[in-house]
Amino acid sequence: MLKINDLNVHYGVIHALKGISIEVNEGEIVSLIGANGAGKTTLLHAISGLIKSSSGNIVFNGEDITKKSARDIVILGLTQVPEGRRIFSGMSVEENLLMGAFLRKDKAEIQKDLENVYSKFPRLKERLKQQAQTLSGGEQQMLAMGRALMAKPKILLLDEPSMGLSPLLVKEIFNIIQEINRQGTTILLVEQNAKMALAIANRAYVIETGNIVLSGSGKELADSEEVKKAYLGG
Amino acid sequence: MVQFFQQLINGLSLGSIYALIALGYTMVYGIIKLINFAHGDIYMIGAYVGFIISTKFNLGFFPSLIGAMIFCAILGILIETIAYKPLRNATRITALITAIGVSYFLEATTQQVMSTTPRSFPALLPAGGIKIYGVGISYQQIIMLFITVVLMLALQFVVNKTKVGRAMRAVSVDSDAAKLMGVDVNKTISFTFAIGSALAGAAGVMVGIYYNSINPLMGLIPGLKAFIAAVFGGIGIIPGAMLGGVLIGIIETLVSGYWSSLYRDAVVYVVLIVILVVKPAGLLGKNVKEKV
Repeated sequence: MLKINDLNVHYGVIHALKGISIEVNEGEIVSLIGANGAGKTTLLHAISGLIKSSSGNIVFNGEDITKKSARDIVILGLTQVPEGRRIFSGMSVEENLLMGAFLRKDKAEIQKDLENVYSKFPRLKERLKQQAQTLSGGEQQMLAMGRALMAKPKILLLDEPSMGLSPLLVKEIFNIIQEINRQGTTILLVEQNAKMALAIANRAYVIETGNIVLSGSGKELADSEEVKKAYLGG
Repeated sequence: MVQFFQQLINGLSLGSIYALIALGYTMVYGIIKLINFAHGDIYMIGAYVGFIISTKFNLGFFPSLIGAMIFCAILGILIETIAYKPLRNATRITALITAIGVSYFLEATTQQVMSTTPRSFPALLPAGGIKIYGVGISYQQIIMLFITVVLMLALQFVVNKTKVGRAMRAVSVDSDAAKLMGVDVNKTISFTFAIGSALAGAAGVMVGIYYNSINPLMGLIPGLKAFIAAVFGGIGIIPGAMLGGVLIGIIETLVSGYWSSLYRDAVVYVVLIVILVVKPAGLLGKNVKEKV
């Protein structure tokens, strides 16, 4: 469904992604784990069209999206929940959710999807008219995910959804990710929380300083000595 | 008391003009963090477009007003596309200096095309007025206030209730996140320039009628005052610009009426300094905490 071939990204003289190749098949949850600064967010930004890659290509459902605008990529059905939530402060919860449906015109369908988001995140429904920045961190993560779902993505990219959340909330968020996946959305998950990310992944990749150093099923990686040592605390 | 209310009415009329111009400053700042110093000149061009429509084509007030608004909207988009868009990723100071350059360019071009001599603006609105308990309000003032209020309400509606307004707010909060929603950031910025410039164009025509004289440098002082008005209310905040504009207008006329017009500007700046000391983010501004 999503195939990245030999992708290189440079920030000025810094070579941030060094020939990354990964693949996500329809219906999968694929996790990408790695330390701070390994290039995880850069990769997601490149996929979403926020930064330009210097070589290599990104193919989504058979279409080359390497040079496409961020807007066209959303239209094709690829949506990202960015790192740090990036919700729109000064706008209500409801307006934030509607921003997610920005490119859609089918009012009745949008309404249906709003209800769908409320059923997944009942807490958002209680706070519809509240300004988004007044939500707690966990609620903001839910809002960012709900907002992305409003675009009706075929594949959802999640960048560190567990960041800054309590273990209990992390569990809740990961349960919802699995639920979203069961309902038919493919997931590419980027995480520093390797344990959780590997536990729910069909397959996973380990990224280190711009290179993919390991790949395999979620279980294989969780059991691998190298991963245990570097990411799972022994 | 009659004199006080008289000054208040005059101040309100002047302030509503400042507010219209201030809105453009504040909207553009809100979305691309640029102080568009050419904005006062767009107001001047609006006055000239109104002048041309009413004298060369013999059309009345509304065609002049709407013509000026449309022309300025297009001009705003052109300026943004040609001068600012290539600098989107440059340092802020580069864009600021470019804005000053655009300002000089517009002034010099108008001086070339329309000559430097002031022109007298035709009286497009009925003379005379009404008196309420001894306080005189001219028809011109009534119409100006009415149009300003209508334009501001329309703006509030667009910004708060429409999809493009939501996009504008989203881009001003976080343009990358807006891109991830599929917002066309460039188009949204163009739209913001168009609206801000149209409001300035409307202000230009109304001031032309009010003072009945226009010249190519007429945008300098009101442009500066409107910028101050925007800072006063909290730059980037739309209701703040409205409030700031009206307050500055009222302060100016009260100082001129009760004291001396010589001290008018001085008092405005003193009030500005006091506000910035007490509330650095402006009257309606919130202190933004730096995120880590």
